[in-house]
Amino acid sequence: MEDKIIMAHGSGGSATGELIDNIFDREFTNETLDAMEDSAVVEGSGRIAMTTDSFVVTPAEFKGGDIGRLCVCGTVNDLLMRGAIPKYLTCGFILEEGLSIALLKRVVHSMAQTAKEAGVKIVAGDTKVVNGSGELYINTAGVGFVSDDTDISAVNAEVGDAIIVSGNMGDHHAAILSERMCIDTDICSDNAPLVDIVKNLLGSGVEVHTLRDITRGGLATVLKELSEQSKKTFTIEENRIPVTKKVSDFAGLLGLDPLYMGNEGKLVAIVKGSDANKALDIIKNSKYGENAAIIGKVAGNSTGRLIEVTDLGGERELDVLQGEGLPRIC
Amino acid sequence: MTLDQVKDGLKNYDGPEMNIMEVCGSHTGAIAKNGIPGMLSKKIHLLSGPGCPVCVTPSSYVDKLLELAKDPKNCIVTFGDLIRVPGSTPKNLSSVRGEGARVEMVYSPMDTFDLAAKDPDTNFIFAAVGFETTTPVYALLVDEIVRNNIKNIQLLTAIKTMPEVIDYLMESGAPIDGFIAPGHVSVVTGVHVYEPIAEKFSIPFGVAGFKGPELLAAIYGIVMSYGKGVVKNFYPSVVKPDGNPEARALIDKYFEKYDASWRGMGAVKGSGKILKPKYSYLDAGSRGLDKDHKANPACCCDKVLMGKMRPYECPLYSRVCTPMNPQGACMVSTEGSCFSYLANHRTDG
Repeated sequence: MEDKIIMAHGSGGSATGELIDNIFDREFTNETLDAMEDSAVVEGSGRIAMTTDSFVVTPAEFKGGDIGRLCVCGTVNDLLMRGAIPKYLTCGFILEEGLSIALLKRVVHSMAQTAKEAGVKIVAGDTKVVNGSGELYINTAGVGFVSDDTDISAVNAEVGDAIIVSGNMGDHHAAILSERMCIDTDICSDNAPLVDIVKNLLGSGVEVHTLRDITRGGLATVLKELSEQSKKTFTIEENRIPVTKKVSDFAGLLGLDPLYMGNEGKLVAIVKGSDANKALDIIKNSKYGENAAIIGKVAGNSTGRLIEVTDLGGERELDVLQGEGLPRIC
Repeated sequence: MTLDQVKDGLKNYDGPEMNIMEVCGSHTGAIAKNGIPGMLSKKIHLLSGPGCPVCVTPSSYVDKLLELAKDPKNCIVTFGDLIRVPGSTPKNLSSVRGEGARVEMVYSPMDTFDLAAKDPDTNFIFAAVGFETTTPVYALLVDEIVRNNIKNIQLLTAIKTMPEVIDYLMESGAPIDGFIAPGHVSVVTGVHVYEPIAEKFSIPFGVAGFKGPELLAAIYGIVMSYGKGVVKNFYPSVVKPDGNPEARALIDKYFEKYDASWRGMGAVKGSGKILKPKYSYLDAGSRGLDKDHKANPACCCDKVLMGKMRPYECPLYSRVCTPMNPQGACMVSTEGSCFSYLANHRTDG
């Protein structure tokens, strides 16, 4: 086999077949995919959640993860945020001519491992090859099953609810930026599937009103959007928001605010106020939730406001990220 | 004195009304981030002055950069916050890059050496915009170019100095009763440079750091010194009374005083630095760039920069002028007054 992607790998002929057999099917193998039909036929459910996401992160490999792990986590987490249990993924690869086959193999292996960890099957896929400079882009679409009694939505937040984040803010953003700026840090991306946290929360009897993964735009952007969707005022406390000293120092050096830095393995949960401590305990005892914290509450009705009580004791009204964030972080 | 006592003192202040201006973009950001405006008595008003480097750069400088960028022999090298600043038309470096011009964004001017070494046929022009804080780095850049006889790097400068413009603001009747003196600038200049202005206008200066308690301490010190021509250093761990004489010596080796032009204020005597005639071969045309033409005539950046208008009083603010569609420089940079007010929903001042 070649060591770089060439245009023939996208021809639909023997080179394409070689790519599928040697790389994709070898890693993703399951009955549905192995049948090599034009579409996958799978078992269904009464209510399903569907989503899709494209991944263009550069560099494709970074401390703590890679585009393969990211493209599974991103879609799986989007399904989980509606209370769905993720079941099936599809993946579309756009490969640029000159892409290292060794890199592609590592990425595909990482996808397969992450899909296994998240409990999803990759049941269909596609590959195209285009001119370019050896980069790769991946689209994943996902289906999850939602039980009849599950109703998780941005509009469900109620006055008195507690706002919980599942861990430290800004790690992914800092990891990607470190790679791009050639700054030697040991900050790792947090890219992770949040299946364990969500399954445990939903199975606990805790009244969960809203879940949202905290990706591009960071915590402040996500909370401001949720406050507007639910028409509530959220208040959060700066000194309760978990950020590691390393990320805090890194952000300080570059003039970044961790509240606006992207993550790829963190969620915000809005739960009934009286269930707050129980929910926190469940998240803390779930995989990837050990640094969870209650950071604030739904304080009142409004058109959608987000107020932060600062360490200093002042108040700051936050908005969504203004201007340009860091491009191509996922 | 404890931090709680400072907070109480500022919240319950009931003396004469005071307008206190900060002249450093990082202070503007830190004041908002810490929620300081709401912690002050209604009698203390914070104003954002000409402290954001790209905000005070006149349109003719951006026009000159755009003209240079169009020449296929050139590549403009710049910090990120200049990329979207409009000149006398809505065009900016980002839009001309879309039309094929070469524009490289760097985090340090020293990155220009790598670019220049890899591509010896291109003339790299560094957009050297800034205050006393960044000028030493530009002096180092020039020093390296001269010592290594590098042929394909030039600078287009718009370097400003703070004491002269503060003096100009006061002379022009700006309603200011005290200044939060810039922490990073003062690292280079020292604190003595503000003393003549403080005495001339009987106004207090407080040199401040960037953490919440440091800023509160400086504001409290300024408030307690109302009407007095004093300079107090609330950032002594970093700012030495005499600043950094070595950095100033390196600057003086390559640069001389210049009547720099400020957006909305025109030329201010002695308020800038420019390459000495001996090194004019390294200058891509910085002299005479003093025309300032608003891309949108209704833009009030000039009044905002001089403390004569709050950002939200501008008719374009948040309606026509937003971070994604900035009409003036103060809405472009994250250090700009208008950006900071909008991003933090500030309605104080």
